[in-house]
Amino acid sequence: MSLRDRLRAGSFAVTAEISPPRGASTDPVTATAALLRDWVDAVNVTDNQGSNVRLASWAGSLAALHAGLEPVMQMTCRDRNRIALQSDLLGASALGIRNILVMTGDHPKFGDHPEAKPVFDLDSVQLLWTLRHMRDQGAVLTGRALKPPPDCFLGAVENPSAPPAEFRAERLGKKIAAGAQFVQTQFVFDVAAFAQWMTQVRDLGLHEQCYILPGVGAVRSRNALDYMRDKVPGVYVPDDVYRRLRAVPADQTAAEGARLAAETIQQLNAIEGVAGVHLLVAGNEQAVPGILDSAEIWAGVRAERHGR
Amino acid sequence: MTTRPPIPAHPRLGTRLAYRLQRVLRPRAGLRWLSARIEASGLVRPLFTSTERLTKDTLFGCRMCGQCALPVTGYVCPMGCPKELRNGPCGGVGADGGCEVYPERRCVWVEAFERAASQGRAADLRLLHLPIDHRRWGESSWLNYWQGRDEDLWAREAGDTGDAGDTGDTGGDRHAPHHQPALGGS
Repeated sequence: MSLRDRLRAGSFAVTAEISPPRGASTDPVTATAALLRDWVDAVNVTDNQGSNVRLASWAGSLAALHAGLEPVMQMTCRDRNRIALQSDLLGASALGIRNILVMTGDHPKFGDHPEAKPVFDLDSVQLLWTLRHMRDQGAVLTGRALKPPPDCFLGAVENPSAPPAEFRAERLGKKIAAGAQFVQTQFVFDVAAFAQWMTQVRDLGLHEQCYILPGVGAVRSRNALDYMRDKVPGVYVPDDVYRRLRAVPADQTAAEGARLAAETIQQLNAIEGVAGVHLLVAGNEQAVPGILDSAEIWAGVRAERHGR
Repeated sequence: MTTRPPIPAHPRLGTRLAYRLQRVLRPRAGLRWLSARIEASGLVRPLFTSTERLTKDTLFGCRMCGQCALPVTGYVCPMGCPKELRNGPCGGVGADGGCEVYPERRCVWVEAFERAASQGRAADLRLLHLPIDHRRWGESSWLNYWQGRDEDLWAREAGDTGDAGDTGDTGGDRHAPHHQPALGGS
């Protein structure tokens, strides 16, 4: 069952993020896809994540598809102008890549080429709008017909905990108006803050217009915890979460991080309007089976999938 | 033409005064006539454009994109955002409201939201902005505004995507962009 169909059927969806290798081989993607195939509905393939050069998102997506795992191709506005972005959608659709996740992208300053020209010809809302136009109107932005038009399931991202908090649900509404059909969020470590955002989302009726998959991460080491708290733009690690992960011996941080992720999934599932979860485990994909196995809801989800 | 990279700028014009000026300077017959005369003059037009550049650079850190969004962004320039985002903030805003790229400066969208909300104009931020036309950098947006060429920069209403078929309002075509993506279900 495709991600789109699973979400439409109303059953709990699980996606995970992987990052393609820094190198000219798709083998690592194929290996990760084989590991995750029985656990997640689709896998996000990042687009030069953190502004660091990696294998192209479309190539990684194609490798996942060939390995039997549905890809979600991530597309940022940082590196390509509107001509290249439209061209990429056509290529992806032609190759069978249906799910596209649109985001602004990190600034080049944070990556391995800080001297690069930031493109940002379109912003994420405008890119969603452009891609939907191509699909629904069968034409490029300036009107030339596309034969055949692309088929795609469009996703957006949101960061519920970033300021201005009062505007974050409205911003999702803007993305939905522009074409977003599902949304995956930044790491949710602060479930109470996320629940607060979801209240605004429900007040605007957005959970009925878009499938919402909050991001859940598994912290695997003390270094990763500090890096996430201090260095990753837009990630907020509340003090109680930080203390909990620091309280265990260093060699047990990964286990505690996985436990925390499983608990978070459980808490998120109880929030009205949540359609599934997005596991932010790039580089730590082997943690997925452990996390899902210890989430209480997983037994039910798994039984439903395999027809009991 | 400016080649200065985008850097968030704190506006030096008070919010209330900015909205008051907006009412005074709204396009009307007199201003339309005057702007047409300025445009027609090979001497006055560049002088006028330079004056606009100086004024708006001082007040808003303007980079002369020629397609001014200030009337619906609380008079905080979105082209000062290092990602030049015209539809709201990215996900990298710091917990203190700082810009991801220049943490010592405030995110232009955090400031835009605060300023617009302080005057009851927070709903402005829900309007969808179309992709800009990069051929228009360096043009006077005041002349464009008074001549009615700026009317398709953003959608009429929140949730509207600028498509004439969205609202059933057939009289609203003048707002519709020339390259309008349309609302469509799937």
